[in-house]
Amino acid sequence: MEELRILSPTAILGYGFPMESFEEGMKRRPHVIAVDAGSTDPGPYYLGAGKSFTDRNSVKRDLEIMIPAAIEAGIPVIVGTAGGCGGRPHVEFAVEIVKEIAREKELSFKLAVIQSEFDREFVKENIRAGNISPLFPAKEIGESEVEESVRIVAQMGEEPFIEALDNGADVILAGRSYDPSVFAALAIREGFDKGLAIHLGKILECAAIAALPGSGSDCMFGYLHQEDFVLEPLSPLRKCTVLSVAAHTLYEKSNPYILPGPGGSINLHSAQFEQIDDNKVRVSGSRFVPTDNYFVKLEGVRRTGYRTISCAGVKDPVMMSKIDDIVKSVKARVENNFENYGIKDFFLDFKIYGRNGVMAMFPDITQSTGDELLIIIEAVADTQEQADTICGFARSTMLHFGYEGRIATAGNLAFPFSPSDCKMGEVYEFNVYHLMKVEDPKKLFPIEYLQL
Amino acid sequence: MMEYKLTDIASVIRSKNSGPYELTFDVIFKDFEMYERVKAANIFNPAMFAPLYGIPESDIISLVYFDPAKAVKITIIRPIPSGALGETDVYGAQQHAPLMGVKFEL
Repeated sequence: MEELRILSPTAILGYGFPMESFEEGMKRRPHVIAVDAGSTDPGPYYLGAGKSFTDRNSVKRDLEIMIPAAIEAGIPVIVGTAGGCGGRPHVEFAVEIVKEIAREKELSFKLAVIQSEFDREFVKENIRAGNISPLFPAKEIGESEVEESVRIVAQMGEEPFIEALDNGADVILAGRSYDPSVFAALAIREGFDKGLAIHLGKILECAAIAALPGSGSDCMFGYLHQEDFVLEPLSPLRKCTVLSVAAHTLYEKSNPYILPGPGGSINLHSAQFEQIDDNKVRVSGSRFVPTDNYFVKLEGVRRTGYRTISCAGVKDPVMMSKIDDIVKSVKARVENNFENYGIKDFFLDFKIYGRNGVMAMFPDITQSTGDELLIIIEAVADTQEQADTICGFARSTMLHFGYEGRIATAGNLAFPFSPSDCKMGEVYEFNVYHLMKVEDPKKLFPIEYLQL
Repeated sequence: MMEYKLTDIASVIRSKNSGPYELTFDVIFKDFEMYERVKAANIFNPAMFAPLYGIPESDIISLVYFDPAKAVKITIIRPIPSGALGETDVYGAQQHAPLMGVKFEL
């Protein structure tokens, strides 16, 4: 095989794509349609709660176009990190959608479902065996942290996908996957260079984001050869330029020259980017360098509590000038009020937009103040009821707080909404972000086949 | 010697998570000539970058000049992991503003 063609319809399954672009892609007779459906970007909640961060109708719309087109063309559809996070409930979310499409469109095909969620006991065994190390800057973990995790997934490489393709799967829905794997699997199976295949996958996983103008909801096409690959956006409105593709290599990565993944890294020190015509770029020289042992990345989250928030504006210049002292006093009042009542273990924060709201994680940078503030009062506690109590009490205390120099004595806060407080539900945080040494990159990711 | 504002010579200045535990900043220059001059003068270095964010230099994981994109990329330890208590920017996409005020002489 001299050329393998890959259609990437969209940056994340559910982000959509124009039909015209997709049809242009099908005209180029792709050998596979692949899409990445997930990310850790939306934060820890979705993995913990077992929910998709993409909307069900939006995901169904995309799959409803991709699957019938692929079946008609006799090519596979591969979806990685199904349901956004790749845990069992996330994969199930995608399986249900695919079954519904098969039923509604009266399609018959072989579906492979690959799981990536690990039992806590299994992860603890691996800690005891010394197989788990933190991915800097995450910290070492012990068995107690694993016990606290509500869900742990591992990123699979291309190996389980290759097995599913060998077994004749028409559609593959996989749990947490290294983003490029879904694009690279068929190519590696057909004997193409792994460094080129994965580098191409790294770019295709974001679809038209690597074009100019960039878009996460438009298609990108990849042509893989023995010595290079070529990228082509499928909308006449976009072009791939050497710069748009090279700049994309920086995106969301720590170091643009070394891109680590399951089993090894791609090294781009010798990568060359060339403009071959108005809208296409050729890339060559990317190399895959395997590690001595095969490592997979684990991601896990623990529940920290329940959150309630209240949003309020401030326009009074006297109040604004004293806001730090007011926040300190309100916090002290809240703690004091419930100390003996028994609500002691909570997190109370005031996010102050108009001053240091967006960049509060860097407390030492110089801030400037606008002429009004938005304050988000946030309480996180062990139960929703306690979070409601702390947030509500902080809000009423702040509303009527008699700070020094106060002129406006009717109320300190402007509420845009009634009710003023909002229950936000469960709160999670990442607590596992580690590498695990594995003997067999396939065995840990069981595959189930369904004939639809 | 002339003073340059980064916003005048860069076409892209951005921040983003690189996984939940790191924040990464990209500055892509408008032209190769200016990029080469900035790189030769080593304008971006840990001692220059750390004070912009009020962080110790040891929080800088890497600072790399990437020729194919005429870009400099700085990756730091995220002050808190994405979405942890105290979070204000889950995606890390609005942490670039201090870079927009950078000026230097060349």
